[in-house]
Parts: sequence; C-alpha cells; structure tokens
Amino acid sequence: MKATLRSYITGFVLSIVLTLVAYALVQDHVNSGHKNYSHDFIIAVLIGLALIQFIVQAIYFLHLKKKGDARWNLLAFLFMSGVVIVVVIGSLWIMANLDYHHDQTKDPKETSNYIIEDELPSQQETTDQTKSEHPSH
Amino acid sequence: MNLSAKLPEIKELFPLDDLLLTMATLTMIFGVITIAGALFYFKRWTWLWKEWLTTTDPKKIGVMYIIVAVLMLIRGFADAIMMRIQQAISVGDSEGIVSSDTFQQVFTAHGTIMIFFVAMGLMFGLINLVVPLQIGARDVAFPVLNSASFWLFVAGALLINLALAIGGEFAATGWLAYPPLSETQYSPGVGVDYWIWSIQIAGIGSLLSGINFLVTILKMRAPGMSLMKMPVFCWSVVGSMSLVIFAFPVLTATLAMLALDRTMGMHFFTADGGGNPMMYINLIWAWGHPEVYILILPAFGIFSEIVATFSRKKLFGYKSMVWAILAITVLSYLVWLHHFFTMGAGANVNAFFGIMTMIIAVPTGVKVFNWLFTMYRGRIRFTSPMYWFFGFVTTFTIGGVTGVMMAVPAIDFQVHNSLFLVAHFHNMIIGGVVFGYFAGLTYWFPKIFGFTLNEKLGKYAAWCWIIGFLVAFIPLYILGIMGATRRLDHYDPSMGWQGLFIVAGLGACIIGLGVMLQVLQFVVSFRDKRNNLDKTGDPWDGRTLEWSTKSPAPFYNFAVIPKVTRRDEFWEMKRDGTADKNPAYKDIHMPKNTGVGIYLAGFAFIFGFSTIWHVYWATALSTLGIIATLIIRSMNDDTEYTIPAKELEKLDTGKANV
Amino acid sequence: MTTTVLDKNSQKTIFGFWIYIMTDCVLFASLFATFMILRNNTNSGPDSAELFSLPFVLTETLILLTSSFTCGLAMLAAHKGDKKRVGAWLAITLLLGLAFLSMELYEFGNLVAEGHDWQASAFLSAFFTLVGTHGLHITAGLIWIMLLIWRILRTGISNVNLRRLTMLSLFWHFLDIVWIFIFTIVYMIGAL
Repeated sequence: MKATLRSYITGFVLSIVLTLVAYALVQDHVNSGHKNYSHDFIIAVLIGLALIQFIVQAIYFLHLKKKGDARWNLLAFLFMSGVVIVVVIGSLWIMANLDYHHDQTKDPKETSNYIIEDELPSQQETTDQTKSEHPSH
Repeated sequence: MNLSAKLPEIKELFPLDDLLLTMATLTMIFGVITIAGALFYFKRWTWLWKEWLTTTDPKKIGVMYIIVAVLMLIRGFADAIMMRIQQAISVGDSEGIVSSDTFQQVFTAHGTIMIFFVAMGLMFGLINLVVPLQIGARDVAFPVLNSASFWLFVAGALLINLALAIGGEFAATGWLAYPPLSETQYSPGVGVDYWIWSIQIAGIGSLLSGINFLVTILKMRAPGMSLMKMPVFCWSVVGSMSLVIFAFPVLTATLAMLALDRTMGMHFFTADGGGNPMMYINLIWAWGHPEVYILILPAFGIFSEIVATFSRKKLFGYKSMVWAILAITVLSYLVWLHHFFTMGAGANVNAFFGIMTMIIAVPTGVKVFNWLFTMYRGRIRFTSPMYWFFGFVTTFTIGGVTGVMMAVPAIDFQVHNSLFLVAHFHNMIIGGVVFGYFAGLTYWFPKIFGFTLNEKLGKYAAWCWIIGFLVAFIPLYILGIMGATRRLDHYDPSMGWQGLFIVAGLGACIIGLGVMLQVLQFVVSFRDKRNNLDKTGDPWDGRTLEWSTKSPAPFYNFAVIPKVTRRDEFWEMKRDGTADKNPAYKDIHMPKNTGVGIYLAGFAFIFGFSTIWHVYWATALSTLGIIATLIIRSMNDDTEYTIPAKELEKLDTGKANV
Repeated sequence: MTTTVLDKNSQKTIFGFWIYIMTDCVLFASLFATFMILRNNTNSGPDSAELFSLPFVLTETLILLTSSFTCGLAMLAAHKGDKKRVGAWLAITLLLGLAFLSMELYEFGNLVAEGHDWQASAFLSAFFTLVGTHGLHITAGLIWIMLLIWRILRTGISNVNLRRLTMLSLFWHFLDIVWIFIFTIVYMIGAL
C-alpha cells in the first residue's frame, strides 16, 4: 500500500475498530461471569483479531508489498514470521507435551496398567523383599 | 543486593593458592606486559590505533578476528589436554591432576571457548576477508558496525579470560549452563555470571555481523552478478547469516532471562517460585541447533570453492548446491528437540523431531556427492587445502551417520550424554568446521598476506590432525557404547575403560603435534616469504573475483568495480582474455577509520563486568556511555573520504609512494 | 537541501535496519513464548485476571495506536518537504508516547507497591520482562524522536534526516505491532 494520507487513515481506523471489538468481547465475557462464550472460542477470536490487525498495520503502516525493493523486505518478514511461528508454537507444543509421562503416572495404581505381568521377574522373590517397603497394588 | 556479601575478601578474589589459576593469570599478565612493552619500545601505539584498532577495512578486521580466535584455540586446547590427562589417569585410587570442581569448570570453558570464540571467530574472520572481494565490492554494508562487532567479540573474550584472574572461578555447569544448577541457589559465585555476560556481549556482536553480511551480499554485489552467478561460498554465507539473524535473538533473550533470575531474583527457570527449567533447555537449543549449522555452512562453502579450483573444473550442480544450502537453512529450525529427546516428551513429539533430523541429512549428502562429482574427471592438484578436504569428507561422513543413528529416539535414549554423543559432535565440528576453516585459511592466506604458506608443513599438519582426530575420538565412540557418560572426572577400574582413554589421550597429543606444525608452518613461511611471494595475485589459478586483485589485496579491493556476466567470471576472463586492460578510473569514497567500535565495546565490557560484581552504578554509567557514543556518532557527518581518480590510478598501477 | 526520495545508499541502510527489526521480533517471540508457558505459574499469588484493569489497558493501547498514526503523518509531511509539519507531528507522537510510558510506569509502580513484583512468581517475572522490554524499546524510541526533532528543525529534511526518520517510523510502527500482541495475549486473554 503506497504511503498516502488515505492509507494511513484507513489503517488507523481499521486498527481502532479491531482493538475495540476485541475489548468489547472480553469485557462482555467477563461481565457475564465468564459465561457468554466458550474459553477456546474467545481465545481463537482474539488471536484472529490480533493477526488481522498485524497484517493491517504491516500493509498500511509498514507498506509491505510484493513489488520493487520491498520484495526483499517481504521475504525477510515472511522468514521471520515462519521462525516466530515455529519457535512459539513449537515451544508450546513441546512444553505441554513434557507433561506426557507426568500426567500418565499421576496415580501409582495406573502404572500397573502399563506393566505386562508375565514378563516380570518371579513374583515370589520380589514380593518377599518389597512387601514391607511398598503398599501392595 | 547485599554488596558486602557478594564481594569476597581480597584473598578469595585473587586465589594464589590454586596453582592452575595462578599459572593462568600470570600467563595472561605476562602476555599483556610483553605486548604492551613491545608497543612502547617500538613506539607503535599510534600506528596500532590508526592502522588496526580503528580500522574499517574488513580485511584487517578479519585478520584480527583470526588472531583472537587462534589465541583462544590455544586456551581451549589446553583445556582439552587437561581433560584427556584427567580421564586417562583418574581411575580407582588416583585423583588425577585436577579436583572435581575444577574439572567441571574446565569442560565448561572448553566448550564455551571453542564454539563462541574459536569457531565463530574463525568464521567471521574468513567471511570478512573473502566476501567483499568475492562479490566485487570495496567494503561491507556497514563498516563501523563491522568494527563494533569485532570489538564486542573481543570484549566477550576478555571477560571469559578475566574470570580466572578476578574471581578465580568460571561456570561449572557445562557449556550451556542448564538451570537450576546455573541459578544463584546452586551456583552462588561469579562463574556463571562471567559465562552469561561474555557470550551475551559476543553474541550481540555476532548478531550485528549477521545483519551486516546479509545486507552486503544482497545489496552490494558487482553489477551483473545476479544471485545465481555468485560464488557458492557467498551463498553459504547467506544461509549462515540468515540463521544468525533469526537464531541469536533467542540466545539473547534466554541469557537475559537467566541473568534476570540471577541478578534480580526473578523466577523464569528457578526450582521454586513457579519457574520452569525445561523452558530454558527448550529455548537454548532452539538457538543451539541453528548455531551448529551457522558454523558448518561456510565450511561447506569453502570446500565448494577449493574442490572446484583444485579439480580445475566448475562445481558440479551449482543449482542443487544452492537449494541444499537453503534447505539446510530452513530445516535447521525444525530439529532442535533432538538435543533433549530424553527430557520427557511423548512419542509424537520425539517422532516428529526424529524424522526432521533424518531429513536434514539429505541436503548435506547432496553436497558431498556434488563435490565428488566435481572431482570426477577433473585434473586434481593435491595441495594442502585438498588434504583438509579429504580429511573432511572421510571423517565428516562418519560423524554424519552417527548423527542419523542418534536421530532415532530409541537409540538416543541409550547414548544421550554418553561419550558416543561427544565423539559425534567433535567429529562434526573438527572434521567439518575446523578442517574447513583451516583449508580456507591456507587457500586465502596469499590473498591477504602476499605470500603462500609452506605446503609441506601444511600437509604434515593436516595428516596429524586427521590421524590425531581418529585416534582421539574413535575410542570415545566405543566408550560411549560401553556406557561411559560424558563429563566424568573419575571412574572405577572395573569398568575397563582406561585403556581406551589412554589411546584417546595419545590422539590429543598427535593433534597437538599438528597444531605445533601449523605454528611452525606460519613461522617458516614468514621467514621464507621472499621465496613464496604471490606475484600475480592468482597463486592457485582460481575461478572467482578475489583472485583478480593484487596480493595482498589493496585496501580499496578493486580500483574499478568489475562487471560480471557469468559464473566463475574471473576464470572465464582468463580463458577468453577479456580482462580489463584500460580501466576507467573514477573518484572513490572510502569510510574513515573510527574508534566508535572500540568505545562501544569498552562500555559493553564495563557493563558486563560491573553487573557480574553487582556494582550497579557502573552498570548505569556504562549504559549511558553506550547511548552517548551512539548519539555523538550520529551527529558526525564527516565519515567518508575521497580518493581522486588520478591518485587511484597511481595506487593501482604501483606508481604511488605508499 | 530538501530530499523527498531516498537514494540507493539510504535504501541499503534502511534494509539493514529492517533486518534488525526482524531480529527484534524473534527476541520478543522468545519472551512471548516464555510468558505463555509461565502464565499460570503464579506461585499461589494473584493471576492476570485479578491484577490488570481492562479500561486502563484499552486507554494505553489507543494512545500508542494514535502515536503510530501521527508518526505516519510525520513521514507524509517529510515526503512533501514540510519541515515544520514534520516537527509538529513528531512532537505529538512524542507526547503520546510519553503518556503511554507514564501509564505503564504507573501500572508497574502499583503492582510493586502491592507486593506483586517480579520476584513474586514466574508469571510476574515473565510479565515484567515482556512488557518491560517493550517499555525499554519505547523509551529508546522517545529519545530518538527528541533527537530527530532537534536535527530536522536545525538542518531540515536532508538525505540523512529523511533516512533516519524513515528508520524511526519503522521502529515506532513495529513497537505498536508488538503491543497488539501484548494487549491480546497478556491482557485480553489474561482477563479470561
């Protein structure tokens, strides 16, 4: 988008609208005691609004476009966006997943679901030693 | 912060009863006094300041990078020898040569120095020397920024060495300083702080260089040199710098958060307060994996130039080489979890990253085949750079396949943090990065200094490094499979490991012999330089533009910027005799020398040092100093000077009294 | 001498500055990722819903957004060669930026006074660092604006000044874009 008064005003107005919509949504949800919308829905909408405003400002304020010298700027911008998405989403995925084993074995009783009984060493020998140390499952 | 609690007594500050620390400190003091003394005696301070310290010439900056990197190599290598000796003799009742705590600091220093100061230093050194010449430019995009990057690198190197002299301790955490061990609770001294600030400051220097060289290559190529006509080394630098630009900020942020934990009591990665140490490991490796590709890509580029030149044949598969570089660049952001397969993620996550890790081996394989196909039916000259290439192609392949093995999470669970892993990454770094940079140094030495290095000694050195590497690290692969963990300072004789550790120690000595031969090579070449003068500027019958200049290359690189119409332009020019016999000289503009780089780095050094010791008024003042330097520089409009066309003609044709 | 179009050398510098901004985005992304991971680690303390005032944040956001707009207007005036107008719009941008910063410092001050400082929990450490880093960038921008106003009023819209103004406006717009994400992720989602 070429830099003209019109482009800046358009970008400004769009950004205000997007901000107010996000705000109104959250304010409404909070006022209703967190009942009006589902948690996931609201988060998705908020992120969506943020991304739209991001693109609006990139086009109208930063003048990113496909032609001319700005071509390299756009390429750098896309590469950066890719890295940011990978680092952020990747980190969220990995860190959430690190609880994989944690949650699975919250209850010691559940581990017995994962043990294949007939591959254990002879039950007699081990239970004699361990009876006093561990509660029986 | 309780200042008196942090500031130890003078005796603890300068621990004279520790022999190792005393020796290290005395060596440094002696070195500084010798150099300063020589400068005073020969009255060369002004010369040093004007010609070297304030220079904006990337060739000189490159030479300085390499000198610092070589000095740090000596220190890193000393650490390596200490570790080999310790692991060879510290068995059963024997205590070895260093205490357990010292050993932790030794391997931490070894890794940190080798990666950040030797490898990165040699890399930026070579890039500075070669890239502007190869693209037909006079300088980099931002010469003063270039100088600042170098001096920030030096500030970092100074800090890491100062840790021994003032404070008497370094981090004892491993080269990536995982929390909670690196938090204040478990590392209360200054060691980890020295580690943080030395690499934080050097890292910012690297980041700025990344920006500088990317813009240089994209915007300052000679007219007619489209991207697909550019030498492959420059493509590899584009890939490497793209990685620097998007990976180093992650390191900056992560180190900053660790520093905030330590200095301001925050809880990012602490064991208490809700901190999550695993997030540090996640972030640091999100930087750490791209970092190793940052180091290896230019080495690949160097080999592309060398193999083509010494096979007298154009590089096979230029396009696929470029695609391989770009593929490696993109893929290296998608594999980082393979450094912590065992941290507890589920099978889905581990499988994804395992598969991505295996995929990234493919473009590298493409490059290896392309080099071999380049040699096929070429007229090969077995010069010492080619010796380094052969060492690379054999050892790097071995290391590469062990990497693909460990990409399988199930295998990695067995060998993670064993000596198998240690052997693998040394294989890649020594066989790939180090051999590549040594080859590059030998290859481009005459362009910078005007004479070639002694070939015979170079070949002996290469043999020592190749054989030494194999003798030092193949035993480590075996030990890893036998169950030996990394970073062990002592073990039981019943493990049966000692024999292999002794062999590894011998290997280190053979490498040491190689290093001595390289030093000898330099001394002998310098002594015999009149017999080895590069009179034509093209000692190897090269293919790319840097060989079209005189040797040593003049400070302005090209009197007239060449026009490029094809790949390997210089090679083609020699073949069809289209070299410019009557160049049209014009006025040229060169950047003036400036001390801005040193001042910025000086303030950064004070910032780091004062934060380490909690002298916060100095931290604040040095911050103001940085801001003031930037503002004063911005008010300076007189930053370039002109060389008139007539004077340029005199310089270029050798008629001027320079 | 008034320039209204940038020369090739300036374009190279601006491209370099753009790349620097890209690196700053990755820096913020790391801080964002950390914040998102640690947002629920409140160490038995209050979480974002209890700590942040939504109307206050909306006001801050609209002020910063307006300053981004007025910065754009300064650029337009520069391309027309109108030095006085550039100075005026930049001055307004500066005032709006100062207002934003004051509000932010006020919010920080309140939190610290109530004992909810960066040492209280991982969540608060991440909050202060993420929002504080943005605030430091704003501060640097404000100093830059002041210097540029002074320079432009003194030496006019020269080639150098136009180049610097272009870089400043890129920087300022980028800071507003980062704020969109802080507003959304820290405050809006935090209120849920």
